[in-house]
Amino acid sequence: MTVSRKHSVIASLLLIGLFAGSVLALRQIQLLRGNQATLEDVLYLPSGKTIKRMSLGYSGLLADIYWTRAVQYFGAAHMRRAEHYDLLYPLLDITTDLDPQLIVAYEYGSVFLSQNPPEGAGEPDKAVALVQKGIRENPTYWRLYFTLGFIQFQDRHDYRAAQEAFEKGSQIHGAMPWMKVMAARMAEKADDIETAMALWNGVYENTVDKDVKKTALGHLQSLQADAGIMELERRVQFYRERTGSLPTDWPELIPAGLLRGIPLDPTGDPYKLLPNGKVEVTDANKYPYLGEWLQKHPKPF
Amino acid sequence: MHAITIEGLRKDYAAGFWKKTHITALKPLHLAVEQGETFGFLGPNGAGKTTTLKLLMGIIFPTEGTATILGRHYQDPEIKKRIGFLPEQPYFYDYLSAPELLDYFARLSGMQSADRKHKIPAVLEKVGLADVGNKQLRKFSKGMLQRVGIAQAIVHDPEVVLLDEPMSGLDPLGRHEVRELLQSLKDSGKTIFFSTHILSDAEALCDRVAVIHKGELKGVGVVNELRSGSGTKSEVIWQGADALTALARDVMDPHVTGELVRAAVAKDQLDRVLEKLRQQGATLISVTPLHGTLEEYFLAQTSKEEVLKA
Amino acid sequence: MISRLTAITLNTFREAVRDRVLYNLIVFVLILLASAPLFSQISIDIERLMLVNLGLSAISIFGVIIAIFIGIGLVAKEIEKKTLYTILARPVRRWEFVVGKYLGLVLTLVTNAAFMTIGFFGALLLYTRPLTRSDASLLVAIYFILLEFLIITALTLLFSSFSSPIFSALFAFALFVIGTFSEDLKNFASMSHGISRWGASAASWVIPNFASLNVISQVAHKQPVGGSLVLFNTAYALLYTATVTLGAVLIFERRNLK
Repeated sequence: MTVSRKHSVIASLLLIGLFAGSVLALRQIQLLRGNQATLEDVLYLPSGKTIKRMSLGYSGLLADIYWTRAVQYFGAAHMRRAEHYDLLYPLLDITTDLDPQLIVAYEYGSVFLSQNPPEGAGEPDKAVALVQKGIRENPTYWRLYFTLGFIQFQDRHDYRAAQEAFEKGSQIHGAMPWMKVMAARMAEKADDIETAMALWNGVYENTVDKDVKKTALGHLQSLQADAGIMELERRVQFYRERTGSLPTDWPELIPAGLLRGIPLDPTGDPYKLLPNGKVEVTDANKYPYLGEWLQKHPKPF
Repeated sequence: MHAITIEGLRKDYAAGFWKKTHITALKPLHLAVEQGETFGFLGPNGAGKTTTLKLLMGIIFPTEGTATILGRHYQDPEIKKRIGFLPEQPYFYDYLSAPELLDYFARLSGMQSADRKHKIPAVLEKVGLADVGNKQLRKFSKGMLQRVGIAQAIVHDPEVVLLDEPMSGLDPLGRHEVRELLQSLKDSGKTIFFSTHILSDAEALCDRVAVIHKGELKGVGVVNELRSGSGTKSEVIWQGADALTALARDVMDPHVTGELVRAAVAKDQLDRVLEKLRQQGATLISVTPLHGTLEEYFLAQTSKEEVLKA
Repeated sequence: MISRLTAITLNTFREAVRDRVLYNLIVFVLILLASAPLFSQISIDIERLMLVNLGLSAISIFGVIIAIFIGIGLVAKEIEKKTLYTILARPVRRWEFVVGKYLGLVLTLVTNAAFMTIGFFGALLLYTRPLTRSDASLLVAIYFILLEFLIITALTLLFSSFSSPIFSALFAFALFVIGTFSEDLKNFASMSHGISRWGASAASWVIPNFASLNVISQVAHKQPVGGSLVLFNTAYALLYTATVTLGAVLIFERRNLK
């Protein structure tokens, strides 16, 4: 119809209005269902294998979608410093059932799982199960052994298992020689702070993910600071034994041959010497994991 | 009030890969059809007849121009209750039976159910399909479909009926029947507008015709006048072959058989020729007027260059 | 107007029936009957779960397939076959034609789903314990499936009003699949930056949201469906459908037919 302009304008406005209405309604629906709406069905799905069969060959795509959901779920929970990450393992399990070669799901997923809340789900046993599944499906990928060893050492404190993991991984073609080094450390010096540092250094060097690098650096520097504090406190005690009193400031230790200059922490700030002989860093905010190792390994001497 | 007026309807199409070229399927058309008349729209295939009808029916939209039907704007939906249309080679829902189709269409045309109940069998009878029963349209022959087409065009008793090539694809018997139908519609006072390229049909039925060629209107005329008007000749037969020499330039197509000569003479030349024959001492045998045909008019118009308005 | 709309709606329904579309019901019943002996090998609870999943999914999928297959030809077929010409020669407005065809297809789908629902509940009664109150949520799931039909039919109609059947089918099917993952699209949007974020956000409002209309897993596990969700899903489906249908009408009203 050679419709009038007026007719067209009214119709177009009506169309925009109806669409806007639908957007509003959709907004309400999304608010009702919440952020985790996509994940409801995870609770109800029989298993990843069933989904795989139903996905008619598009399981790879579906795996990617589930991985994205897992990341989103983890991120949202992490942001609110959650104590429970109940859906994380089911999501990762389904993802890896759909695509057993999705390495990133094992590598990162297991770490999310094993770290203690609120950093992670605090389920290291499930994390181990996940990584072992990954190793089964991808036997030539040595880095998964590294992940396994890391979890065993860091979160489960099972040094024997950690050693086994590093050892097995080191035997795979293409593995970095450093894996053998870590295996040896696990066997003999598991309780040394240098071992922990070597582990985090390994993570730092070997990852390309910026966030992981940042976390690793944080751990590394915290450990270095811990080590520095321990050593400085030891030298302060030594001074006290020698002179009968505590030093009031660092330069006093220099003539005694205990220091060469003002001691600096890993980020370049000077350590603080407290009146009671304890040592602290200038800015504890730079060291998010400060003191953790010491907590797990009381009375190192 | 005219039954149909066409006021400058024009249709251009964008063609070519980039839609840059413009093809004019119909140049601005001006035409008027009187109420009660049967109007033929003649032209060779591709002339623009179907385009004109589609524009009138609102199937396609004009590039410019407008039209009226029974005094109302041609796109006014209400006016469609008073017109009927039969497209070229129509196709109907083949899963319906004839009565079902007519009932559906009649309903859409605004007929009430009581009305439909007795008009539908009547119209089926009128088009000669009284016995089809509940047979689905997919089983109908072409001729039967054409009749259904006419039935749906008239079931709601419209004042104006428009048909696009109503005889196409029919055998002589079918054509004869359709012609009779149209004649009876004409007799009941309806305005009929139909397009065709079969001149004898137009000649038999139409009061007036328009000739269209390559999207342009070439001429409009009253059928009777076209047939016996200017350009007709007479056939003269005389005895006396030698007279032919003197008359050679005044006669056309002479045939000589022994002493008899037969020739055609233009109307305005007739008196002079007869006078000359008398002077030559030839014996006049007969003078017979020859009727011109629509065909000649048609051919003459389609070879013209300028556009006429009527 | 009402009389014309009704006539077109009923005629479209009649066409679907005579096209033997409803024979799909036979396939549906056969599937349910054939799968029941398989289910009975397992325990009662799983049996109900699988029956509900299978039955409701079948109602949904069969309906969507019919909606697309018939929908793509709704307008396109009439233009191609020129059956439209004699319709437009009548006092029918173009928008009445489009809406009438749409309602006719919806009527077909609802009728189809109604029969399937009866068969489904029959199978449920037959093979599991008697129906309880909580089974009312099954009806809610089916209601949501009907809302899905409204949307997918409107979309198919929209495409049918300007593109060929094959493309209409492709677009409609693609939108159905993407619409099922529309909430994931929103996730992608919130995790990305710049143009992709903007694009994914815009897309998540425009593409139909089928994710929230699918409560099959939920009701299979006997979880109830909230009343406000029913309300807003209804509002969304109606508004979205109206938008799309209006779009189809606007396109069709301006279209030069062949």
